Amino acid sequence: MCETCGCGDPEIVPIEVQERILSDNDAQAGHNRSHFEGLGVLAINLMGSPGAGKTAVLEATAKAAAGRLKLGAVSGDLATERDADRLNAAGIVSSTITTGSACHLDARLVHHALHHFPSNDRDIFFIENVGNLVCPAIYDLGQAANVVTLSVTEGEDKPLKYPVMFQKADLVLLTKTDLIPHLDFDVGAVEDALARVMPGARMLKVSARTGDGIDAWLHWLQERRPEPAERPPKAHAHHGHGHQHGHSHEQR
Amino acid sequence: MHEYSIVASLIDRVQHEAAVHGGSRVHRLHLKIGELSGVEVDLLKTAFDTFRERTICDGAELAIDTVAPAWACPACNQCLAAGAVLRCSTCGRPARMVQGDEIILERIEMEAPDV
Repeated sequence: MCETCGCGDPEIVPIEVQERILSDNDAQAGHNRSHFEGLGVLAINLMGSPGAGKTAVLEATAKAAAGRLKLGAVSGDLATERDADRLNAAGIVSSTITTGSACHLDARLVHHALHHFPSNDRDIFFIENVGNLVCPAIYDLGQAANVVTLSVTEGEDKPLKYPVMFQKADLVLLTKTDLIPHLDFDVGAVEDALARVMPGARMLKVSARTGDGIDAWLHWLQERRPEPAERPPKAHAHHGHGHQHGHSHEQR
Repeated sequence: MHEYSIVASLIDRVQHEAAVHGGSRVHRLHLKIGELSGVEVDLLKTAFDTFRERTICDGAELAIDTVAPAWACPACNQCLAAGAVLRCSTCGRPARMVQGDEIILERIEMEAPDV
């Protein structure tokens, strides 16, 4: 008997669900998180507008971390493999998730990429999301932290215009800071905008071109890496987290 | 336009519930969508109108409750004014979102003779 709309139709019943519509994605993201944690890898979901400098920041990160950290990345790209090619050339083991017309990565796409990834032996794994300040914010991928790149040429008001993206950020990288002398860009204004949309707002200023600020960014990453004692033996880690699979892990 | 992917997940979930409860035709879906969820209600309705055809949701109505965002201090529970800096003015702690990011399927009204 329908009790909610008063129509009196005896065959219409209310079924209570009260769950997130993206609960399937959340479950897959939890599974990915177990993979990363089981391998002792710090996973970062790197988001930002097209052209904000996501790939350039990773290239500069690889240069600064050479010989110290083993980096991996998957790049979400609508149509090409250019980002992964650039990252591989910079020394980051990388593959591409070609999304076609999809505007964001979801946990299933990342999981698929992880299963085909050529290395399990990484210290930090970057998930370079599709360039977009809207859609990627909604999907948990299993990352340990969200990092959003905002370039100085995009303007100070972007956090107020795209509050959902910046609200989800654990860190904002203000990129292309070497261009500030050529622009009317007010760093204080972007800090104020961030403080109104991002709880515990944290921003680092970086220039991939000059390398300024990259050490502070590396330090931020290092602080979030799991302690060595927490890292399980890598040879066994892949199957150590007790989840159910409908498929087998590939051995490498 | 992630609203299409959200509608696809929604219809999958409704089909699952219909199978569990022996439901046939869906009359109405009640959703709760936060204004800071990143989901645009109008786009969601358009996507639903397109995707519901030839599914169990064909002809079903979407009833959407929108939820305004609210932030409060996690320690003293003091609410913050809209647009304010997201930090407690008393103790300085970063604010916590109390509501406003919901993307929730609350209830399905369907024809289910077995229930």
